[in-house]
Amino acid sequence: MTLELKNVGLRFGAETHIFPTDLKLEDGSFNILLGTTLAGKTTLMKLMAGLEKPTSGEVWFAGKNVTGVSVRRRNVSMVYQQFINYPNLSVYENIASPLKVGGTPDIIIKQRVSTMAELLKLTPMLDRRPSELSGGQQQRTALARALVKDADLVLLDEPLANLDFKLREELRDELPKLFADRDCIVVYATTEPTEALLFGGNTACLFEGRISQFGPTGDLYRKPRDIISAEVFSDPPMNAAGIEKKGNTFHLGTKARWDAAGELSGLADGTYTLGIRPHHVSPVSRGEQPVAVDGRVIVAELSGSESVIHFNMDGSTWVSQSHGIHPFEVGSQARLYADMSKAMIFDGNGRRVSA
Amino acid sequence: MNKTINNAAWIFVIPVVALVAFNAIIPLMTVVNYSVQETFGDNVFFWHGVGWFQDVLESRRFHDSLLRQLGFTFTILFIEVPLGVAIALAMPRKGPWVSVCLVLMALPLLIPWNVVGAMWNIFALPDIGLLGRGLNALGFDYNFTRQPGDAWFTLIAMDVWHWTSLVVLLAYAGLVSIPDAYYQAAKIDGAKPLAIFRFIQLPKLKRVLTIAVLLRFMDSFMIYTEPFVLTGGGPGNSTTLLSIDLVKIALGQFDLGPAAAMSLIYFLIILLLSWIFYTLMMRNEAQ
Repeated sequence: MTLELKNVGLRFGAETHIFPTDLKLEDGSFNILLGTTLAGKTTLMKLMAGLEKPTSGEVWFAGKNVTGVSVRRRNVSMVYQQFINYPNLSVYENIASPLKVGGTPDIIIKQRVSTMAELLKLTPMLDRRPSELSGGQQQRTALARALVKDADLVLLDEPLANLDFKLREELRDELPKLFADRDCIVVYATTEPTEALLFGGNTACLFEGRISQFGPTGDLYRKPRDIISAEVFSDPPMNAAGIEKKGNTFHLGTKARWDAAGELSGLADGTYTLGIRPHHVSPVSRGEQPVAVDGRVIVAELSGSESVIHFNMDGSTWVSQSHGIHPFEVGSQARLYADMSKAMIFDGNGRRVSA
Repeated sequence: MNKTINNAAWIFVIPVVALVAFNAIIPLMTVVNYSVQETFGDNVFFWHGVGWFQDVLESRRFHDSLLRQLGFTFTILFIEVPLGVAIALAMPRKGPWVSVCLVLMALPLLIPWNVVGAMWNIFALPDIGLLGRGLNALGFDYNFTRQPGDAWFTLIAMDVWHWTSLVVLLAYAGLVSIPDAYYQAAKIDGAKPLAIFRFIQLPKLKRVLTIAVLLRFMDSFMIYTEPFVLTGGGPGNSTTLLSIDLVKIALGQFDLGPAAAMSLIYFLIILLLSWIFYTLMMRNEAQ
């Protein structure tokens, strides 16, 4: 059972919501759609589910063309950012609802609902209504509803976004376990790169209606194919600046320069874009190839054990994120060190050229 | 926490107290005053106890108009609430037609009550009105000034025309506030339209519908201008609702005592019924 999008696109009049996309999701896989708000995550999910009909291309599921097949006749389930349950049904009836519509016998419904409730720690709440539950419990109910019918495709659209911090962490730990022994395809949409890294699996970076890259999550993070994937997969935002290569040396601004190492030394002279993640820029000189960069401090945030410093460097804003407390005066000149061995170099078309 | 005692605060409260006393408490107390006294003119009053209340509660006339009032109110509630919800469901959710529909719906609400009454009076006249003439041309023996049934039909049609829009607007506001995800989730579950209405739309509309029913109940129970202009309570007394009867007693016959007692009873009935409605409809919310 694989889900395959073949050249699937969606446009409304002159407005393109999803550019023609090819994507193949394997049986039993956990897939993450990573992208900012309005990148098209929800729309892409609706296309996968059959809630929305693509204006071009085909959706194939388990070797069958399901383009335009109504979601009612596909075995799909979905959990939303808002807690969506039937307001005047009890938790039990809510979890049972997809089975009831399908005409499952009562005894089996009872059995499956109680297993599901046990798994999601809802057993004491089965008689309550959704409005009498906490946000976390409401979302657990919605999850139970999605899981109880053994769907082939489970779509989770930012399910943790509306939960507060503690509940989010708790449910985030449980989620992979819930899907561990199921052979359904899971698609999880999120705006947070950290969440994608915690879940692992595969990630598709989505930017303005296009998938810029799809592959194993770790690979995508370490080796983004282009500047868009690198930016989508970076929080706080990736630092970028124009650089120039002359001979075997990179020049950033007027002062910062460093030698091209490894396969970068073979790079032709010219202008490139440098991308470096905030945690590779630090107030202390460390790493394999630290290069000093100077700038004026705009924001200095100290949070417990971490310092986040925003500074203006040659007209562009950079962020440094480092462990330890490093107090900086806002408005003062600061010297920070970027570990250029971790930097990514992109060519004029935004393709990454470094290893 | 210790509260500081500041007598100057009274000064700020006095204007409100004075205003409320002037426009609500004093007139109400005047009515209470009249309701327990008897007069033979010359501004001389005698204590009459609860006599007027007994008279009113026992009078055939009051029973009849109360029954007519209840009949009218429940009839229009049974028509306007389901009809209003049905129209709201049929209205478009997005696109240019939304504002057109909303304006059309709001129009009847903007017309003054006596104008509505006058409009329908002319509209329903059997000799020259479009409705009256039309019905007669179709073979119905329709004359709302002579036949009680026709008068009731016209009265109810007028109220439905005037006030269904209010229910529509409230229900529509409730419907558009339901997130799209609910409908998608129901679709994924395979729920039919009727189930979507029963398990998503109706529960989500509960609050606005409670407001709609309460507003329509109170307004229709106190209705005066429209039936006064349309039928004047006739033919005979067949459309004499409570308010019309009250005005007849108070200003027509100038029986201040019975009128005052009736006003208070009228007020208490509205208060009681509103409370019962609200409690019944909000029964499950409080838990």
